[in-house]
Amino acid sequence: MGEQRVMPLIEVENLGVRLNTSRGPAQAVRGVSFALKRGETLGLVGESGCGKSVTAMSLMGLLPDSAVVSGSIKLDGNELARLPDADYCRLRGNRISMIFQEPMTALNPMHTIGHQVAEPLRRHKKHSAAQARKEAIALLDRVGLPDPARRVDAYPHQFSGGQRQRITIAMALACEPDLLIADEPTTALDVTIQGQILDLIADLVEERGMSMILISHDLGVIAENVQRMMVMYGGTVVESGPTDEVFRRMGHPYTQGLFRARPKLGARKGTRLKTISGTVPELADLAAGCTFSDRCPLVIDQCRAALPPMVDVGPGHVVRCIRTDVSMAENVGALSA
Amino acid sequence: MSVFVLRRLLTLLATLVGASLIIFLVLDALPGNAAQMLMGADASADAVRALTVKLGLDQPLAVRYLQWIKGLLVGDLGNSYVYGTPVASLIAERLVLTIPLAIMAMTITVTLALSAGIYTAANHNKLGDVGVMSLTQVGIALPNFWFAILLVLLFAVRLQWLSAGGFSGWEDGIWLGVKSLLLPAISLAVVQAAILARVTRSAVLEVLREDFVRTARAKGLGKREVLWSHVLRNAMIPVMTVMGLQFANLLAGTIVIENVFYLPGLGRLIFQSIANRDLIVVRNCVMLLATMVVIVNFVVDVLYAFIDPRIKVHDL
Repeated sequence: MGEQRVMPLIEVENLGVRLNTSRGPAQAVRGVSFALKRGETLGLVGESGCGKSVTAMSLMGLLPDSAVVSGSIKLDGNELARLPDADYCRLRGNRISMIFQEPMTALNPMHTIGHQVAEPLRRHKKHSAAQARKEAIALLDRVGLPDPARRVDAYPHQFSGGQRQRITIAMALACEPDLLIADEPTTALDVTIQGQILDLIADLVEERGMSMILISHDLGVIAENVQRMMVMYGGTVVESGPTDEVFRRMGHPYTQGLFRARPKLGARKGTRLKTISGTVPELADLAAGCTFSDRCPLVIDQCRAALPPMVDVGPGHVVRCIRTDVSMAENVGALSA
Repeated sequence: MSVFVLRRLLTLLATLVGASLIIFLVLDALPGNAAQMLMGADASADAVRALTVKLGLDQPLAVRYLQWIKGLLVGDLGNSYVYGTPVASLIAERLVLTIPLAIMAMTITVTLALSAGIYTAANHNKLGDVGVMSLTQVGIALPNFWFAILLVLLFAVRLQWLSAGGFSGWEDGIWLGVKSLLLPAISLAVVQAAILARVTRSAVLEVLREDFVRTARAKGLGKREVLWSHVLRNAMIPVMTVMGLQFANLLAGTIVIENVFYLPGLGRLIFQSIANRDLIVVRNCVMLLATMVVIVNFVVDVLYAFIDPRIKVHDL
């Protein structure tokens, strides 16, 4: 018995997703690979349209019927990509759960919240109605919904946005999943509520030993909530590594741009926010070469020739850029910038 | 909830008062004197005047309107100018046919439309969807009387399964009555079903795009379960609204269809009374149709509140 390699909970290899859009087929995700151990947390960062949500939806097996998935997604070593929907239904809400961005529309207005929280329990755990209801009340209590025993029969419109997000969290946690995917869980909420919800999610992840994939465009949220992070752009991962390491030594010009573009406290009034010039490329007409080349300040001809390989720049820290010698030299002390 | 129903009831009463005013004024403004009509073109002026007084047609407009309303409230609708019998019993005889006909037509409409609408939405853009939707396009374009004649040619003349017209009454058994109303009910239903199927399809498709459908899928529900347990109830509000409106169309359709099939129903009574200038019958029949339509729509409104929990709070 030598050293036994711990099998990752989820292992994604060379994931590609081709979507049919109104502008023709688009390669929404390409060459995405990562592995996540039980209890590990991973952040996905990037602008809208960079492929974060499509990656998440392919893990859930909830892409549109017309989407073409290539590569491999393994849960405990079992292949999920191209799994028949009936089999996927046994995993969703049971071993893999998801929290969505829009709490105001994520709940069915016609059903009581108790019914909706109990639904996965009845389905996957075969709980009786009474048993599931009791469990739903306990879950609603755990996520901090006030007076759950009385409010379990209320309808979604009777709750605020923050409360509804707590309800969707209760729903996602009902069957104690191994993996929780949170897609911008606080983007639609008031700033004061955002912190509470993120704390709740962090507590629950730790308490239940779940793995989590947290999707956000907010670097602050990522910095505080996940152990590892991946930065996506144009459907590819451009940088990936332990969160601390990436924040200390950002290697990709895009990551650096994102960091510079965040609003800063204490900035002088009237200071313009830094932006990354140009716009996110349309995935339907991506050229060969680095996806960021059109907006990159460090671009050279070679960047447009072929998609750059991943370059090792530190322990577990890789960057998809051929100019890291320049970008990382210029970026010394990024955090103090 | 009770406040909601009360408000709807008040609207219903106001609508009925408005409808009665319009019906009365429009019929009164029609050219042609009922007394002259009844006595023939060569009756003497004196005789016509005497009959006018006898029928109460010499009274001022407001007085006649109030007399009519008072009669409506106590159930005395007056006597037919032509038949001389009470209008109420004339109508009652005819309703025995028209109400079952309307119920049958509505049942066929709803059954066809919901199955077609749900089927096509669940198979969006597939062959079945395109096929059924083309059929509904044809259905909408069909004039119901022409379709009725086609049905008669096929089922009565060629196959001889059903009679081409007439109504055997309910005395010889319910089945015989239903059989004689089957073709008329189908002719009435086809156009309405085609419209309602399209409404159902688009309502279901719209709900299928909602976020909570994705949430339900993320919980592990299959597509079919999501459709039945999450989508349909949400899609029912627009479908029921159209159903309520279609009931009115359906009643109006009976006027034509009952004539095509020689059915002694309310529609035929209205048609004949108009031809005979028997305006007292016309007025009461039209008022009855208006009342039925308003009541059906009231029921639809109340059903909204049962289907959608949000309506209890917000009111309409």
